[in-house]
Amino acid sequence: MDITESQAIYIMWLRQMKRFIRSRGRLVGTIVQPLFFLVILGSGLRSAVMPGMMGDDYLSFLAPGIIAMAILFSSMFTGISVLWDKQFGFLQEVLVAPVSRFSIIIGRTLGGATTALIQGFIILFIAFGLGVPIAGISGLMLTIVFMVLSAFTAVGFGLVIASKMENFQAFQLIMNLVIMPLLFLSSAFFPIATNPDMPSIVSQVSFFNPLFYMVDGIRGSLTGINNVLNPLVDLVVVLGICIFMLGLGSYLFSKSEI
Amino acid sequence: MEIIKTNNLTKKFNGFTAVDHISFSVLKEEIFGFLGPNGAGKTTTIKMLTTLLYPTEGSAVLTGFDILKKRDKVRKHIGVVFQEPALDTELTGKENLDFHARMYGLDKENRKKRIAEVLKLVDLEDKKDVLVKNYSGGMKRRLEIARGLMHYPTVLFLDEPTLGLDAQTRRAIWEYIKKMNKEEKTTIFLTTHYMDEADYLCDRVGIIDRGKILVIDSTNNLKNAIGNDVITLSCSELDELAKRLEKESWIKNVKQHDTFLTLGVKKGEEKIPVIFEIARNLNITIKSISVRKPTLDDVFLHFTGRIMRDQEKKETNTQNIPPMLRSRRK
Repeated sequence: MDITESQAIYIMWLRQMKRFIRSRGRLVGTIVQPLFFLVILGSGLRSAVMPGMMGDDYLSFLAPGIIAMAILFSSMFTGISVLWDKQFGFLQEVLVAPVSRFSIIIGRTLGGATTALIQGFIILFIAFGLGVPIAGISGLMLTIVFMVLSAFTAVGFGLVIASKMENFQAFQLIMNLVIMPLLFLSSAFFPIATNPDMPSIVSQVSFFNPLFYMVDGIRGSLTGINNVLNPLVDLVVVLGICIFMLGLGSYLFSKSEI
Repeated sequence: MEIIKTNNLTKKFNGFTAVDHISFSVLKEEIFGFLGPNGAGKTTTIKMLTTLLYPTEGSAVLTGFDILKKRDKVRKHIGVVFQEPALDTELTGKENLDFHARMYGLDKENRKKRIAEVLKLVDLEDKKDVLVKNYSGGMKRRLEIARGLMHYPTVLFLDEPTLGLDAQTRRAIWEYIKKMNKEEKTTIFLTTHYMDEADYLCDRVGIIDRGKILVIDSTNNLKNAIGNDVITLSCSELDELAKRLEKESWIKNVKQHDTFLTLGVKKGEEKIPVIFEIARNLNITIKSISVRKPTLDDVFLHFTGRIMRDQEKKETNTQNIPPMLRSRRK
């Protein structure tokens, strides 16, 4: 790749970092929300026994789900924030530069993934502090891979939405009608596939939920307990979803006119 | 040498034609202006020339590169200042410039040197480390102009460069534009709906209305086209006087508007008594009369026919005239 393109990717990334560090509200908000889930929900239900849950520690069941949630929300926000740039006119400045659309997307994706990972790691450390066990170093490495792939996927999804949407009203709708149901059916908060109380149709449908593989992958690699599939199987699926989403997002973004 | 050359450039949005088969060229190192009302198709033209929109039909060549086939090459040679501010307000002025410099592949030394240069050009050196969200409207505009110049573009596009700025700031921006045209030898393509702006800045002006170019010429030639002087007069019987005056060969053109006539003549002061004489012979009383040098306003009025008598208004006027007078007019 030539110098101009890599420099453009770098400055796109740097811009996101600067914005992220400067907007304290966003920094605090995106960490506090998952923290509430983790601490309040996790501690409150810690000794409760969920149907279909292995072991007796709800907090270690919940922690991987919350990490996934934090990463997904943060990265999706990055993808959708293209809309902000569109509304504030800055996107024109980016698109009129002699840089390929592909580099612009790479820069944005890397920036979004970095911020998401920072948030994911903060939650991870807090989870350790609360006594969530980890399966080992190799498991932790694999967790990081899952976190990166999930972040990329969500940025791609955000780009798809941003390319197809003109304003923020639709964003709220998509959050409520698409993301929340997917999240609840991803087994982030409670078991789905192994849950005897769930109608079998719901359990089966949950295997078509991309979020399920991310949550299950992080759970399997990080804590090594309560996962439905082998983390490596999850990895293959998540990788496929990631490539598809990022490809679709890039395609739609590069086709969109101002 | 032609820096921009368009050939039947057209853009349609869902059947509405925003830009309608326009062909024109912009010469090296000139300041060329598109003058037209809001919605005339100025911004759409700029967006097509800067590769942000695909033309529906036609093509254009910028600095020797086709806007459809060599998009990256075109982008490298142009600078754009958009109508709405396109700055990242969460970054400082200097960071915005640095972002731009890197996007255009300037190396480290060049970046440093050039940022200092353009900041000096627009007098923003002491504000460079302030977040852009704390800038005033005029400062933002200046920063954008500076940014547009960062990568030594051959041609700089300015879309309504002084829209929404106060009189003093406008004048300052004009000076910067003149300065960079002279010092940096940058060709400038600007759009505006302010006559005085086009008059003051542009070497050549294209008048555009409803997606079509009506005329392109130097500002002087445009003004001469309607006569060296413009006489504006209002009187009781506009139609009648206009008809009579049209027969006079010393009047270059007669235009009838809602409540007044404009005449293009030479040596306007000397013609006033003649006009009074003609009016008196027709029993018409002239209410007011004035002579002035033509402005681009007159040119615009002349070519677009806007603000000219529109049929509806005239009809209501006719009904207001007492029946007796109306019959006399027939």
